[in-house]
Amino acid sequence: MDLRFTDDELAFREEVRGFVKSNLPASIKQKIVEGRHPGKDDIVAWTRILNKKGWSVPHWPKEWGGTGWSPVQLLIFNDELQQGGAPEPLAFGTSMVGPVIYTFGSDAQKRRFLPRIANIDDWWCQGFSEPGAGSDLAGLKTTAKQEGGEWVINGQKTWTTLAQYADWIFVLARTDGTVKKQEGISFILVDMKSPGVTVRPIQTLDGGHEVNEVFFDNVRVPLENLVGEENKGWNYAKFLLGNERNGIARVGISKARLKRIRELASLHVYGERPKIEDPLFRMKLAAVEVELKALEMTQLRVIAGERNREKGKPDPASSVLKIKGSEIQQATSELLMDVVGPYALPYQSEREDGDRWNEPPVGPDWASTIAPTYFNLRKVSIYGGSNEIQRGIIAKAILGL
Amino acid sequence: MNFDLTEEQQLLKDSVTRLLADRYSFENRKTFQASPDGWSRDLWRQYAEIGLLGVAFSEADGGFGGGPVETMLISEAFGKALALEPYLATIVLAGGLIRRGGDAEQRAALIPSIASGELLLAFAHAERQSGHDLFDVGASAKKDGASFVLNGEKGLVLHGDCADKLIVSARSAGARRDKAGIGLFLVDAKADGVSRRGYPTQDGMRAAEVTLTNVRVEPKDVLAANGDALPLIERIVDEAIAASSAEAVGAMSEALDMTVDYLKTRKQFGVPIGSFQALQHRASDMVVALEQARSMMMLATMMSAEENAAERRKAISAAKVQIGRSARFIGQQSIQLHGGIGMTMEYKLGHLFKRLTMIDILFGDADYHLERLSKSDGLIG
Repeated sequence: MDLRFTDDELAFREEVRGFVKSNLPASIKQKIVEGRHPGKDDIVAWTRILNKKGWSVPHWPKEWGGTGWSPVQLLIFNDELQQGGAPEPLAFGTSMVGPVIYTFGSDAQKRRFLPRIANIDDWWCQGFSEPGAGSDLAGLKTTAKQEGGEWVINGQKTWTTLAQYADWIFVLARTDGTVKKQEGISFILVDMKSPGVTVRPIQTLDGGHEVNEVFFDNVRVPLENLVGEENKGWNYAKFLLGNERNGIARVGISKARLKRIRELASLHVYGERPKIEDPLFRMKLAAVEVELKALEMTQLRVIAGERNREKGKPDPASSVLKIKGSEIQQATSELLMDVVGPYALPYQSEREDGDRWNEPPVGPDWASTIAPTYFNLRKVSIYGGSNEIQRGIIAKAILGL
Repeated sequence: MNFDLTEEQQLLKDSVTRLLADRYSFENRKTFQASPDGWSRDLWRQYAEIGLLGVAFSEADGGFGGGPVETMLISEAFGKALALEPYLATIVLAGGLIRRGGDAEQRAALIPSIASGELLLAFAHAERQSGHDLFDVGASAKKDGASFVLNGEKGLVLHGDCADKLIVSARSAGARRDKAGIGLFLVDAKADGVSRRGYPTQDGMRAAEVTLTNVRVEPKDVLAANGDALPLIERIVDEAIAASSAEAVGAMSEALDMTVDYLKTRKQFGVPIGSFQALQHRASDMVVALEQARSMMMLATMMSAEENAAERRKAISAAKVQIGRSARFIGQQSIQLHGGIGMTMEYKLGHLFKRLTMIDILFGDADYHLERLSKSDGLIG
């Protein structure tokens, strides 16, 4: 047992750190550090910088642009990007539909889509949740029927993240209503420009526009856009959600936020002293740091265990990462609320491009994102399989209850 | 980075697990606990035979050259079985002080008989007023020629009632709460001026209050006479925290296993109670708490050997916080999910809960270590 990184792993970390430092545009980094949302252009620009280096989809098979890195290297890579203030990659392409396509898709689908995902030439979004199918995802009602050599899709998806930018959506649709609900679902790729696709924004409680409703009204899709076999879509969805949980601990992001908390708490004075000198605040901060340190170790253990697991099968321990990772992210956003104090109050809608807002901010210039971040992060214990669903997975898959 | 055990470590783990599975049923434990010593001399000999008592000492000193990982494996198994023997007191605490603080002659004189199971030791350090502060030492060591004369009272000396020798901390200089001026002295438990009052602790282990009245210590029995023993004491207590963290993880995993078995077999309303979602989710939260604790046990194990004292103490405090919190949650919830049977003296579960509760208090509870950590420059570098 040796929990330290090897010299090679440390050298790799330096290499990644150095690359981020010299290649991440300052304007993008500033947005991330300040807790603002990166725009589409920011994510595209950064993904292309990574792709030029051959690092935009490092976890993929080598023939499709992967790097062949070890699980530990991948962890270091993600951690460094998160800590370095890089925007997160568009997971819907790189971590969701990409792996489904290279694992279950046809050769033509692989050739057509994978390089465009790696270079973010296509912006993907996820058509899973529906108004009546959240935690009970398999209860979805959107249908795809074969008609005249095409799929015809009807129904509604919701909580579709960044669909306003999307070129493509991967959709779970019911293709057989006569069998057990999990056994009548197919996984279909849909061009967002198809007639009959409508995107409607949902504003979330932080005031932001991250999610949407997507409507399908007799949308016609070529048969070849079915991934894998008809009615096997639930298996692909489970595979995808297992992958989603692996990155979900967000250790690097929480680390970066804790560093920022220390920084701001040292600078910002309201009342008689900087927040960092308040013993109660320091105890709360230390308690979150302990949880995060433990989570970081737990994540390393899960990754080390990957060697002994069947490839492609999600580890139920990743549910532990999801629960703790989301709780810690939320706890860090609460600590930021403690730091900012009364100037959390003013609501100032986000300045996506600097020109639109010519007035100076109300209060400290870093304060305006703090309450929205706190509100926004309530989502992390809901999405990707709510924490209650994760507890159900642990009860069944780990404890056999 | 790897979490793999060496072949020897795996063998050690298997042999201690097998021995305890054969010999340490909960019924047997009750018998051991009711005996005059409060634990089993027979099993102590067997621990020595399979190498558990000597493994942490270097080969040059008469041990088997193991380290913190071996101690972790043994402690975790002891925690699962709720073993009563004086392993923490003799091997980890007092043995550690000799291993790191003894001179060549002292090591040669003591370690072989510790490893063979013949010599029992205890560390007489805490005092009634000291709380968790390791530097708070009121007992005095007055120089008399080349010898020292000890006076004072020591409390909560783990397994101090059965020890053949005590390692006593006493002050040769400075005021009670000064960090400098503390020395360590090897004292025969039956020496003139030593009186002991042994008693059981809440978790079924043993301890003693020790009074020292003009106890004479010869120069050869002085471990750290230059009055600078605090860093050594802190270091060994950190090792003991790592070991007791592993013991706690063993006890937590046993409590969780028992709880899950119970949820699967106990029927109410015509179905196993484990089919109820409220109970499933509670059990899942126990899994999360256990995994976080296990991670910090490993961190504590590795960091207990860290030479940089500030970094070591931060990691150890962090582990103590996590272990204390997880232990409290798992202990309380395992009783709750068992219902009435969990409340009974005859059933093992309550004893796991009591041991977990005592481990949290030992060497500083979760709040004490959280406060200490909160005064540092932070854990996330």
